[in-house]
Amino acid sequence: MHVNLFDRYQETQSFLHRLDPRVKVLATIFYVVSNALLPDGAWFAFFAAWIFLLACNALSKLGWNYTLKRSLIALPFALIAITVLFTTKGTPLFSFELFSVHWALSLAGITRFAAILIRSWLSVQMALLLVAATTFPDLIHALEHLRIPKVLTAIIAFLYRYLFVLTDESFRLLRAREARSVAAEGMKRGGSLLWRAKNAGNMVGQLFLRSYERSDRIYQAMTARGYSGRLYTLNPHEMKSADYFAAALTLTFLSFIQILGRI
Amino acid sequence: MAETKSTADVLTVRDLCFSYPDGRAALQGISLALREGEKVALVGPNGAGKSTLMLHLNGILSGQGEVIVAGRRLAKENLPFVRASVGLVFQNPDDQLFSPTVFEDVAFAPLHMGLPEAEVRARVDAALDAVQMSAYRERLSHHLSVGEKKRIAIATALSMRPSLLALDEPSAGLDPRGRRTLIRLLSDLPLAMLVSTHDMALVKELFPRVIVMDEGRIVADDTTEKILADEELLAAHGLEKP
Repeated sequence: MHVNLFDRYQETQSFLHRLDPRVKVLATIFYVVSNALLPDGAWFAFFAAWIFLLACNALSKLGWNYTLKRSLIALPFALIAITVLFTTKGTPLFSFELFSVHWALSLAGITRFAAILIRSWLSVQMALLLVAATTFPDLIHALEHLRIPKVLTAIIAFLYRYLFVLTDESFRLLRAREARSVAAEGMKRGGSLLWRAKNAGNMVGQLFLRSYERSDRIYQAMTARGYSGRLYTLNPHEMKSADYFAAALTLTFLSFIQILGRI
Repeated sequence: MAETKSTADVLTVRDLCFSYPDGRAALQGISLALREGEKVALVGPNGAGKSTLMLHLNGILSGQGEVIVAGRRLAKENLPFVRASVGLVFQNPDDQLFSPTVFEDVAFAPLHMGLPEAEVRARVDAALDAVQMSAYRERLSHHLSVGEKKRIAIATALSMRPSLLALDEPSAGLDPRGRRTLIRLLSDLPLAMLVSTHDMALVKELFPRVIVMDEGRIVADDTTEKILADEELLAAHGLEKP
């Protein structure tokens, strides 16, 4: 059995897929930063940012609403921002007593909350598009090119490689438990909650031990091939004129959005 | 024991002893020699010390005694050289293939040898070609089948241009077709090989010489024909005639 749950890459031929991963990573980061820097009520600027996102979607040939359909996953996290509704200073529109605390809702608070929701909603979609249009190894190469420390990129690469192996392993463990979770005629099935919890705990421990031992074997395999504390990789990427063009266009558009948000 | 001149030997092991930190003696005075291009099978029950011996061949473990690879005595100063001359292929290819893509895995050793980029690429191409996996360069390791992973794992060792290939259980977990491809591959490779295995049919087909290990000692070292004919020996060490 094989789990490919985590692979978000969508294989197609498109302008966005062919773009140099460095450009894509930087454009995404700049886009997120630009969204974060926009003032709270700059609705036109947010709208322009959304248009930019839709254009990127279209360029990826995955469909203009590809990320729209997947964008809701981030909303629960954005709800953490709900406190700004009450903590932002402004003229209260509405107030009430709850748990003997005085809560006041202001227009400024609502505006800020809406802006935070929009910012995270847009940013998450761009990140989704990045991983859908870039293979994971390419993303790691891009990070290496951008001078992210080798230790970090190596950890990400290992995580990516062994996440699959580990999920396969945990599914095997679960299946083994399933296969032996049997019943006998006339007996009550399953033990007490405590007994079940103990079993689950043992399985987690088992998984940890297996991973720990595996890490030892991987280290041996690395040393056997010359590893001595430093990692070397080849980065087969080259910027073409289309890449420079896309980078320049993105920067121009993001500057335009920033100006739009401030007039 | 086979008569060999030590100068032409690609591998010489003399009186190798090793105990694990918990006190368990894994190797108790191992001596053996492999000539250039010689393919030798290493058989014996689980826990006989086969894998431990393999890990000594390039200094991942180091016990007492002498290990000489391609004319150089294994010591701390020449570890990188010895590691490049022994291509160690581990039993589980998921441990051996630790990079996201096939290319990066095969390029790992050449890059760590400090070779220039063009040479690294040439070696990757040659190694993948040797295991007939050239079309898999950009593939992701976790999407491969076990047989494909095994062949890539061998390529990761071949890219070092080793003079000795040490394989741990290469045929374990392979389906008949995968096993057949592997056998053909191993018999075509013009390299000295020390292959630890339980697959006696593989031994009979591929290896002219067999070393039998049990409880950390070499109990027999002879031609495959003689060893397979000695039923008493096979039975004493938990082996079966194919």
